Amino acid sequence: MGFKINSIRNDFPVLSTKVNGKQLVYLDNGATTHKPMQVIDRISNYYMTENSNVHRASYNLSHIATDLFENSRKFIANFINAASYREIIFTKGTTESVNLVASGFSDIITEGDEIIITVMEHHSNFVPWQQLCKKNKATLRFLSVLKDGTIDLSELLAMINSKTKLISITHISNVLGTINPVKKISEIAHNNGVPVFVDGAQAIAHANVDVSEIDCDFYCFSGHKAYGPMGIGVLYGKEEWLNRLSPYQYGGEMISSVNFKSTTFNELPYKFEAGTPNVAGALGLERSLRYIQDIGLDNIFKYEDDLLQYATKKFENIKGVMIIGNAKSKIPVISLNIEGLHPYDIGILLDQMGIAIRTGNHCAQPLMEALELPGTLRVSMALYNTKEEIDLFADALMKAIDMLT
Amino acid sequence: MTIKEKSEAIVEEFAIFDDWMDKYAHLIELGKELPIIDEKYKDESHLISGCQSRVWLHADYVNDNVVYTADSDAVITKGIISLLIRVMSDANPSEIYSSDFTFIDDIGLSTHLSPTRANGLVSMVKQMKLYAKALYLRAEK
Repeated sequence: MGFKINSIRNDFPVLSTKVNGKQLVYLDNGATTHKPMQVIDRISNYYMTENSNVHRASYNLSHIATDLFENSRKFIANFINAASYREIIFTKGTTESVNLVASGFSDIITEGDEIIITVMEHHSNFVPWQQLCKKNKATLRFLSVLKDGTIDLSELLAMINSKTKLISITHISNVLGTINPVKKISEIAHNNGVPVFVDGAQAIAHANVDVSEIDCDFYCFSGHKAYGPMGIGVLYGKEEWLNRLSPYQYGGEMISSVNFKSTTFNELPYKFEAGTPNVAGALGLERSLRYIQDIGLDNIFKYEDDLLQYATKKFENIKGVMIIGNAKSKIPVISLNIEGLHPYDIGILLDQMGIAIRTGNHCAQPLMEALELPGTLRVSMALYNTKEEIDLFADALMKAIDMLT
Repeated sequence: MTIKEKSEAIVEEFAIFDDWMDKYAHLIELGKELPIIDEKYKDESHLISGCQSRVWLHADYVNDNVVYTADSDAVITKGIISLLIRVMSDANPSEIYSSDFTFIDDIGLSTHLSPTRANGLVSMVKQMKLYAKALYLRAEK
């Protein structure tokens, strides 16, 4: 199947919504993407014909639900090229995945140890490590971001030492769009015996995610940023690492046996899945990944890169506009700073004109501090956006700038 | 004029504009005209928390009335502040403290602001009322 933009747009009911009487132009895909009918139908069908609790009952409907749920896990394992389904843990999303691993590492990190992250991390891949370090008297170290929005691997090399216990880095910056060299980082880390955690929230729908090739020890993402449902996400971990970590929560399927004195925990992946899982979410996520697979990842990346180049050129030519983040390797995310104007003012006027973008610090306050900006306007595109929408945004932006100056 | 009368005048002033873009254009003009706060008050202690843009607020007690000055790094915010100042400034503290500032709702502004921005507005009104109360109590002593 080739890339047919009109038929793709028809799959997403929200795109025909009107805002303030104007056609919605949705350019906040970094926050969440919309859902195609295929995903919405998959969730409805589950609740209409297949709903049952998984892994427990002996009746047929429960077997069906269990099989569907476990097949989703296998599909996802295959989609990101994990070695086994046992390495795929269903979570609520990226944030819970980071917290799960940070909680497990609280047994490993001791006083004086160091964890390395970058200045460009989203709060979700920042605060869990900051709190862990605070609790265990360890040190959190920050890899800086260069002017163009990239990191310098030689700084990483200089920072790693015998006290380094973990490197956690975002695959792609949610503010700058930079694709970080995570494969190279894993290689450097492993040469020094350090494990690597990769936050893939922005990557799963816009870049190749192959955990075996990256060779990271952990990888995570959310369903809702990849055309899937909210409230479902994935933590991938190498088996040897997941086996080393203690459970994150207790109760439900994660238990193997319980007596009055003690409990033995279930094996992977169930050890980390306490309580009734989000079965409909898992099936919806599988369906959304199949959706992008059917269109063809390479077709999507090519289309999105074309949008990125078009938008970059267009924005560069607007007076007073500066693009923050000019890495060579980027997904279609563009952060803008408008000379002399506050992003808040622009955002509010764009909203009046039916344009949905994000303004502010994008849950990356340390990065804003490093860049010395009060915030940015962020245009984040997805496979259903068009050049016409970029034009509408650019016209609205020029109108807003005109009103404010 | 009482706070109530000043509020009603603002609602009428905004009713002239049918289109929301025009209402915003008016707000931007008001923001640009807002008398700037004395530089020495633009510090951490005068910042209002809960706003997306930075807002500094200062209050003085002059002839039994509260006089506010304020500034923000965002011009639409300044426009909103200028409305609040027009209504609340130069009024006596008990009137400020007992008034509901629903004129923002009556203009329709709050439904046009995102929830975080509407919360910022609530923080601003709350802080202005607190200043009035504090100044009044200090004067009583």
